[in-house]
Amino acid sequence: MSLCHFYPSLVIKFFRVCVCVCVELKMAASSERSPPPFPDSEEPELLEDSDEGADAFTGTSISEMDSPSPDSTRPPKDIFNEPPEDIFSDPLSNINSEPQKKVDAKIPSPSSDEAVDLFSDPLDDDSEVMSSPEVQNPMPDLLNEPVEAPKSDVLGEPPVHRDAARQQDVFEDPPKSSSKSSSVKKAASSEMFGDDDDDEDLFKEPPKVVTKKPQPSGPPVDVFTEVKSDVKVKPQVKDDPTDLFAEEALTAPAPKPSAGSSSSRTNGVHSEEQDLFSEATVELSLDSPRNDRKNKDAVKPSVSAPAAPVASSSSKAPSKTLKELEEEESEDKFDLNISITNPEKVGDGMNAYMAYKVSTQTSLTMFRSKTFTVRRRFSDFLGLFEKLSEKHSQNGYLIPPPPEKSILGMTKVKVGKEDPSSAEFVERRRAALERYLQRVVSHPSLLQDPDVREFLEKEELPRAVSTQALSGAGFLKMLNKATDAVSKMTIKMNEQDVWFDEKIQDVENEEQHLRKLHVMVESLVNHRKELSGNTAVFAKSVAMLGSSEDNTALSRALSQLAEVEDRIEQLHQEQASNDFFTFSELLADYIRLLGAVRGCFDQRMKAWQRWQDAENMLQKKREAEAKLLWANKPDKLQQAKDEITEWEAKVTQYEREFERISATVRKEVIRFDKEKARDFNRQVIKYLESLLHSQQQLIKYWDAFLPEAKAIV
Amino acid sequence: MEVSSAEAALSVSASSIRITDVTQDGDVLTFALTSQKLDSSAGVCVFRIYEDFDWLQQSLFSQENLPGLQGIIFPPLPSKALPSQSNTQTKALKQLGFLALGQDWQSYCKALEFYLQQVAAHPTLCKCKALDSFLFNSESPGKQRGRKGIFNRLSQAVEEMRKESHKDVDNFFQNERNKNTNLAALSKVATEKLLDVVMTEQKLALACGHFSTSLHLCVNQDDASAVAFSKVCLKLSDVIEAVKRNLEKVASNNLSTLGLGLDLESRYQEAEKEMLFRRTCKLIELETVKKGTEKAKANKREVLEAFQKAVEKEFNLISSVAKQEIERFHSSHVNVLKNFLIGWCEVQLNTAKEFAELYSQHLEACRNMYSE
Repeated sequence: MSLCHFYPSLVIKFFRVCVCVCVELKMAASSERSPPPFPDSEEPELLEDSDEGADAFTGTSISEMDSPSPDSTRPPKDIFNEPPEDIFSDPLSNINSEPQKKVDAKIPSPSSDEAVDLFSDPLDDDSEVMSSPEVQNPMPDLLNEPVEAPKSDVLGEPPVHRDAARQQDVFEDPPKSSSKSSSVKKAASSEMFGDDDDDEDLFKEPPKVVTKKPQPSGPPVDVFTEVKSDVKVKPQVKDDPTDLFAEEALTAPAPKPSAGSSSSRTNGVHSEEQDLFSEATVELSLDSPRNDRKNKDAVKPSVSAPAAPVASSSSKAPSKTLKELEEEESEDKFDLNISITNPEKVGDGMNAYMAYKVSTQTSLTMFRSKTFTVRRRFSDFLGLFEKLSEKHSQNGYLIPPPPEKSILGMTKVKVGKEDPSSAEFVERRRAALERYLQRVVSHPSLLQDPDVREFLEKEELPRAVSTQALSGAGFLKMLNKATDAVSKMTIKMNEQDVWFDEKIQDVENEEQHLRKLHVMVESLVNHRKELSGNTAVFAKSVAMLGSSEDNTALSRALSQLAEVEDRIEQLHQEQASNDFFTFSELLADYIRLLGAVRGCFDQRMKAWQRWQDAENMLQKKREAEAKLLWANKPDKLQQAKDEITEWEAKVTQYEREFERISATVRKEVIRFDKEKARDFNRQVIKYLESLLHSQQQLIKYWDAFLPEAKAIV
Repeated sequence: MEVSSAEAALSVSASSIRITDVTQDGDVLTFALTSQKLDSSAGVCVFRIYEDFDWLQQSLFSQENLPGLQGIIFPPLPSKALPSQSNTQTKALKQLGFLALGQDWQSYCKALEFYLQQVAAHPTLCKCKALDSFLFNSESPGKQRGRKGIFNRLSQAVEEMRKESHKDVDNFFQNERNKNTNLAALSKVATEKLLDVVMTEQKLALACGHFSTSLHLCVNQDDASAVAFSKVCLKLSDVIEAVKRNLEKVASNNLSTLGLGLDLESRYQEAEKEMLFRRTCKLIELETVKKGTEKAKANKREVLEAFQKAVEKEFNLISSVAKQEIERFHSSHVNVLKNFLIGWCEVQLNTAKEFAELYSQHLEACRNMYSE
């Protein structure tokens, strides 16, 4: 860690390596990543920075950045010839290319190569930074900001390595300024820019760090996902036209260009940056809640998590990190309460819809205020899910699924006036949406997603479109189809990881069990309802009997009894809805969630498939080379060799990616299991409380009735 | 048999009559019956089958030399139970109601026991020799086929519609008849409804049982989180098991107290109705005779008048007995219902307390589980 003090040189070293690798790297691609012209206002800050070397290079770097970004014009490469996953895989393959390998190899002994530290243990560096303010500037940038930024600079300006650090600063600033403009609170953070040790501020003031993070994460996400997310980010960043990210956001909205740009970025050597970048963002978002909580002691073992996927070649590393992560998560003090209330019918006829009030109460500083309320409709919830799954599911994250769309139920609500069944439907959906949102925000990574924040905070959301196809039954069907397709693949895939092998089986079994339990609980609820109905009828007939009884005392006692039975009926009714909401809905939720878990496994399977395909391809290329050798055709030999190198890189990259996804999925599943046990326990407690309450009420009723019975003469 | 004489009728204490055991052999239920004579501390145990009970009932109906017999409200004998037929559960429920429920015919035995006690406690019926023979004779009396009862249910059913609505000469009886019809119907409905409640409780208990068992499926000891989840599942299984037991207990409480009480009540109302009907029949007979006498020629008038007087006397006697019986019935029915209600309330209260305690223990355990 202490080596980080020398980090400028280290960074340079590292970048040099990268540069070496990417000798043929396209300047254009890098420039595309490079920021727009810097605003004058920002420059002073830059110059004020303690890091002089960086200053020296700011000018050049800026000029570099000024170069127009031709990205959009670039023709999409192979990345786009292949499905979206490839976009993601490609970058990784580059990562795996030589320089990266070096890094990996060195990870076990970080002291040997600082560059490794930089990238494998970003947070460690953070801690370093804190301890040594002078060094801070470049480092935190690296960490807080997408790593890609520095990279691009390096790549764009191979000769001037030191620029990297400077560049990072440049990149870091824009988000801050943008946040400043967006909210008064954040204005405070703007002061930071003047200071030469911004980083310290950054870390002393966790809120700023937190607020900042989502923003950097926005653009990276863009790179990997699609236009949508870009659009999302846009409003936030827009205010600051000089902003690096704003520029990106602005370019992004044009749907195809953004795709094109991302492709160009991923092209060739450049894609490497993206890998790093994506990794960095992912890790950052993971870590940020922790930073928030524990920024004081910045030296976190969990920080090694980012390293895990990259350095997964050493088998011990990931598992260790997993454990650490677990510990981390168990310590979570989660202060975010979301409640959904006041379902309200808006509009008339078939265009009517239900709007729900989403109230959030939190002390998390990433939000603008402690309490806020927005109105959302059902499709907004679906839209949120869609956005989240687009962005995160391919990384192996478990996105909590929203409740299913019910055309029948909703039609009833639309048509019926005050039907008890439609009221029940609305209440049921309200509760389901509430649980859904709570699950989303309790996921440390998803909470960091700008879309989630926007969903909770922003007054008006753009109307979610085309949620129809993905919602409800359609969605489930799709999921099942995917699962089926993959299960066929399973046969081919010989699972080397015993843990996954067992877990996949477990999940399948569990899903069946839960379905069975769900059926049982349904019948339980129905019986309970029936009991309640029968009790009501009995109460009525007892009342009648009492009214025709001659003996006044007996008559009185009987009518009292009728009242008691009426109350007991109420109890049964409450218990029925308790049974329903505590168990039936819980089980339904978990059946859905298990579907999502399987989705994660599928993502992993896809990554594996890709890896295997690449492996096969490499094999073919090698055979081709052998043939060429045999045929003695030296002219084509070089090309074949190049192809082999290319595919070797791809294989390594896909393998890494597979390992990365495996690690994420594993982490997610462990987290899911944990949550599940906790959730069930909570529900059991709730259920017991309701049972206890019922019994206490019964005792009260019987106690009151006993003297009446005794008074009969 | 000779031992029991007319004055020995009161020699048995009604409350000592117990049905202690029941055995099922094919379609036949054999009841072990114990009772105690007042003048001895030794109990007598005999075995009886349903036909014996039926014989006793017919004997009571057909007692001779007992004026005003038709004014007596005979304690109702539960109808015959038909065990061992696979598809009889629903049929038996329809026929016997509550008495078909409960473990090993317990409630049916209770009802028979109650019937015997009522007979023995009845001031007139307890003098019947058949009762002594039934209680103490080790030989089964049912074999000596009694005469067909004079009050045949079937014939009654046919005539009922016609005669039931006959206007009474006596306001007291007219009122009583109206009230009885009302109460009989209401108590029957109440009994049925309570039966529904009990049945649903049993179904619910069964569903809980399934749920509780199925929860064991989720038990998995693979890793730490699975173990934690398994623990929760097992806990929940225990809780649901407790809920199941609670429901079973509540159901059996309902059955053994209020259920039996309401069942008895509704059958007694029927018995009263029958008595009132017999009296109405007599009244109609008397009126027919009167009309005949008026229309009759002088030569026959004398005979007819004598006959009319005899009938009128009999009718008056029946009416006076009936009046007493109705008084007696009213007070006893209030008493019986009171006892059942109190008993019911107490058991339910105890059950509620017991399970409140149990649930709070479970709750405590659950809360501790995650604080560990």
